[in-house]
Amino acid sequence: MEPSPRTATSNPPVAASATAANLGERDLVRRSASTIPPPARQLEPVAKLIDVSKCIGCKACQSACVEWNDTKPGLETNTGIYENPHDLTPDMFTLMRFTEWENPQSGNLEWLIRKDGCMHCEDPGCLKACPAPGAIVQYSNGIVDFIHENCIGCGYCIKGCPFNIPRISKVDHTAYKCTLCSDRVAVGQGPACAKACPTHAISFGTKEDMKTLADSRIEDLKSRGYENAGLYDPPGVGGTHVMYVLHHNDQPEIYSGLPKDPKVSPVVNAWKGMAKYVGFAAMGLAAAAGMLHSAFTGPNRVTREDEEKAEDLVKEKT
Amino acid sequence: MTNSWTDIRNTDLVVIMGGNAAEAHPCGFKWVTEAKANRGAKLIVVDPRFTRSASVADFYAPIRQGTDIAFLLGVINYCIQNDKIQWDYVKAFTNASYVVKEGFAYQDGLFTGYDESKRDYDRSTWEYEIGQDGFAVVDETLQNPRCVWNMLKAHVATYTPEMVERICGTPKDKFLKVAQMISECSSPTKTMTSMYALGWTQHSKGSQNIRAMAMLQLLLGNIGVRGGGMNALRGHSNIQGLTDIGLMSNLIPGYLNIPVEREADFTTYMTSRTFKPLRPNQTSYWQNYKKFFVSFQKVMWGDAATPQNDFAYQFLPKLDVPAYDVLRYFEMMHQGKVTGYFCQGFNPLLAFPNRQKITEALSKLKWLVTMDPLETETSRFWENHGEYNNVNPASIQTEVFQLPSTCFAEDDGALVNSGRWMQWHWAGGTPPGEAKHDTWIMAQIHLRLRALYEQEGGAFPDPILNLTWSYQDRNEPSPEELARELNGYVVDTVYDPADPTKVVLEKGKQVVNFSALRDDGTTACGCWIYSGCFNEAGNNMARRDNTDPDDTGAYPNWSFSWPLNRRILYNRASADLQGNPWDPTRKLIAWDGTKWSGYDVPDIAPTAKPGEVGPFIMNQEGVSRLFARGLMREGPFPVHYEPFEAPIANVVAPKIRGNPVARIFQNDVAQFATSEEFPYAATSYRLTEHFHYWTKHNFVNASLQPEFFVEISEQLAAEKGIGHGSWVRVWSKRGEVKAKAVVTKRIKPLICDGKPVHVVGIPLHWGFTGKARKGWGPNSLTPFVGDANIETPEYKAFLVNIEPTTAPATV
Repeated sequence: MEPSPRTATSNPPVAASATAANLGERDLVRRSASTIPPPARQLEPVAKLIDVSKCIGCKACQSACVEWNDTKPGLETNTGIYENPHDLTPDMFTLMRFTEWENPQSGNLEWLIRKDGCMHCEDPGCLKACPAPGAIVQYSNGIVDFIHENCIGCGYCIKGCPFNIPRISKVDHTAYKCTLCSDRVAVGQGPACAKACPTHAISFGTKEDMKTLADSRIEDLKSRGYENAGLYDPPGVGGTHVMYVLHHNDQPEIYSGLPKDPKVSPVVNAWKGMAKYVGFAAMGLAAAAGMLHSAFTGPNRVTREDEEKAEDLVKEKT
Repeated sequence: MTNSWTDIRNTDLVVIMGGNAAEAHPCGFKWVTEAKANRGAKLIVVDPRFTRSASVADFYAPIRQGTDIAFLLGVINYCIQNDKIQWDYVKAFTNASYVVKEGFAYQDGLFTGYDESKRDYDRSTWEYEIGQDGFAVVDETLQNPRCVWNMLKAHVATYTPEMVERICGTPKDKFLKVAQMISECSSPTKTMTSMYALGWTQHSKGSQNIRAMAMLQLLLGNIGVRGGGMNALRGHSNIQGLTDIGLMSNLIPGYLNIPVEREADFTTYMTSRTFKPLRPNQTSYWQNYKKFFVSFQKVMWGDAATPQNDFAYQFLPKLDVPAYDVLRYFEMMHQGKVTGYFCQGFNPLLAFPNRQKITEALSKLKWLVTMDPLETETSRFWENHGEYNNVNPASIQTEVFQLPSTCFAEDDGALVNSGRWMQWHWAGGTPPGEAKHDTWIMAQIHLRLRALYEQEGGAFPDPILNLTWSYQDRNEPSPEELARELNGYVVDTVYDPADPTKVVLEKGKQVVNFSALRDDGTTACGCWIYSGCFNEAGNNMARRDNTDPDDTGAYPNWSFSWPLNRRILYNRASADLQGNPWDPTRKLIAWDGTKWSGYDVPDIAPTAKPGEVGPFIMNQEGVSRLFARGLMREGPFPVHYEPFEAPIANVVAPKIRGNPVARIFQNDVAQFATSEEFPYAATSYRLTEHFHYWTKHNFVNASLQPEFFVEISEQLAAEKGIGHGSWVRVWSKRGEVKAKAVVTKRIKPLICDGKPVHVVGIPLHWGFTGKARKGWGPNSLTPFVGDANIETPEYKAFLVNIEPTTAPATV
């Protein structure tokens, strides 16, 4: 197995000379609505480990994500909560979610803060659901990435995702989510969020190393009385390349609804099976997509606001 | 900080009280997570709110804001009652055995000598008995009823766990758990660190909050050791530098004093600064005061500062009041006694209490100059922003000059962090638009004033005309030139008195550090404590070697830590009376029979024998002070005083309102509210998404926390009919704000003296300029009163009322 382009767990020094991008077409193991040859090489799987017990909810990760991806989240209002923006958006790929939980056993309040975002499933429901050839790809190191020029904005990826992560832009009508900073990883850097995290709650490295790191954290948490501390790496989606250390791994749902046993929807699996069987011609794709469209999302509508935003975008660019 | 940020990783117990490090110091907080993850350290948070720090704590206890002294004296009482004291340390390194002068007493919340009309004490009895030999009398057996130990024991006896619960609202079982965890650190091999910030300073008795914890840390033997200390987390990246460099009306750099009126000449000034040792063999390092003072005068006035004119002593102003602190200055401005005001890197319209008063005061100025990279609210105080700044510009005649300056990333220089590290930084960009470096602006003001004095004379032009100004570019002194002045240099060659051919100090060279400074005018030094930062070895602040021999957390070759690159103050106290480390696994320095050496620069003369010379070299006693003598205005021991606006009366001293010696201006008294009028206990604080009033100008930060809100408990919300995210009006006797309501389980009503107390939390990041939504700051509501010793305003505890309302009218 070849070493994956990756970095140390946190804040690595930037290499004196940038390395050439070392993650590309040849590393794909899956490509939506496509059959591809096996990858030229097998990279070592990577993972981001989010240690919820070390997280202070400072949102440096959100800030770094916005800066690196150059997105423009909206200026919202306060609605009585700390989440801002209030949900993941096409311009906010990661979000701190805050839950005030009264532990029935100890009677103590716990403020559970979870960094939400794409889990980079080993068995990615989004990719399986995607009808657009090459709009979603998976690299042999486990990163699931969206290729925007291939995206048709149908929204099936959202329905296919057991974690409700992708969001469709009303500006360019394509789907957005965390890329695990595939562009940074390709040149030997860790994700921007991990680099910005002040308490090392976010680590990045090989999946194996991250599991070892998680073990030591779980041991520490158990010594502090968190009997059910554990690693969230759900088998229902083949494991994930973003994992959590949870103090209460027996109840992931208390962390702002993190699913206890996420699975790729049977509809998606059926669709994927059918796709495999039909073996896509472009015409067939359109027909199949049309058939399934209402089943998943209902028709796309272009509103006046969308048009205006698109026009603004064109003006900005010119 | 007595220690450094990186040293926090060496601790066994972190107590965050009077601060919220995870929220307000997230980068420094990484050392807490390191200590927890790698040493198994525990974290305790004591706060009125369940904060972001509490979210990762091992134990959280609630407390009513403004009652920290009662809590801490309760912990001291617990440690004494349960014999959880590091005795060897306390007996040798504190003044526990010193006998207090006859006549000193404490009763009903007051010490001997109180004069109510002056709101001040005659402090003459707050001293030690002095023996025939001229030294303080001590009783090493601790049997004398008047020794500090016995007086302390009696003083804290009031603060039982029941009393703590009654005053602080902290349930007794939670208080006892905290006290028990803390008391375990009395072991010589367990240390606790205290991390505090504005949650302790911004009270009318802020200095005493900190003193109470310092006393506790001394009783536990936690000062001068790795993983211990009193660690003040500074609120700005360079606020440590601000105080070091003396940017206060009563200080000159290096914590020297501006003379007062009664010190009419230099001899008189020095008479009260002899710092004669109070015990035999003690260092009493301030005996060098004159060297530092004279060297400062030489840096300022060069050849014009001579022995004949007392080194230009008369060029210094003489204070007619204790200090021209900002509260006093705005009071004077409010009375129409101030013509013009320079406001550099400072936004008083949002930063100072009682905003209505600040607006009125600024409106009475003839002119106002703001120097800031951002368009501050202060620079626009005259502009109408509807409800957010409801002024009539036509009625304000103040002429405002906005001088755009640069931010830290646009110039070279050093920032001094909380741990006293002077870290050099390099400009990452050039100033945008018309922005100029602050040094250029200041130079221009000086040169123009100087020209006016040259042309027109004036009452006393000498200090201006003689100011040393020998910079390569007169128009803009470079940061290196200024840093070299701070370090100090040799004015005239000094020869060895024993051997006149031998040069001790060579003219024109940088001094190696402050040990080379002299009181005869042959050396110059801008800030003695910084000396060594830029000597002949070069710019030591720019050092970037992050090796850390034996992983002590010292990183001795990274930047420069004042004084003398010392990383942990009082580090002599890390070793016992024989000079061996209390905890061999946490060695700092040790005595090898002839000298001190180790991982840190010894905080004692290298050859000072361990049994003879005490570790607290800045004190005349050589030991630390559980009894502060006359150095604190409220008294030698802390006492629980309520905030000026408190939800209950003071249960230990019912007749006393607030701090009995805090200065109050007559016009403000009428604006202090009672709990009958304003029933809810408010506090103000920062959020991690923002930095003060700056980052609301940045779109990313604004999007992460876009809108002003206040936080209340579910119980208060239910009582008042306030919904999640609905609009509320919060008002005090001084003003009102409108905010969104965050209804939370993280704030719970406290039961204090049998009465439920509701807490209203008010963050401070919004105003009427910038990218975020318009809002207010808590200073629209807060009282115009400060700490009795240093006048830090009481932002952390005041009274408000709250009701549902509708959105403010947009402009």
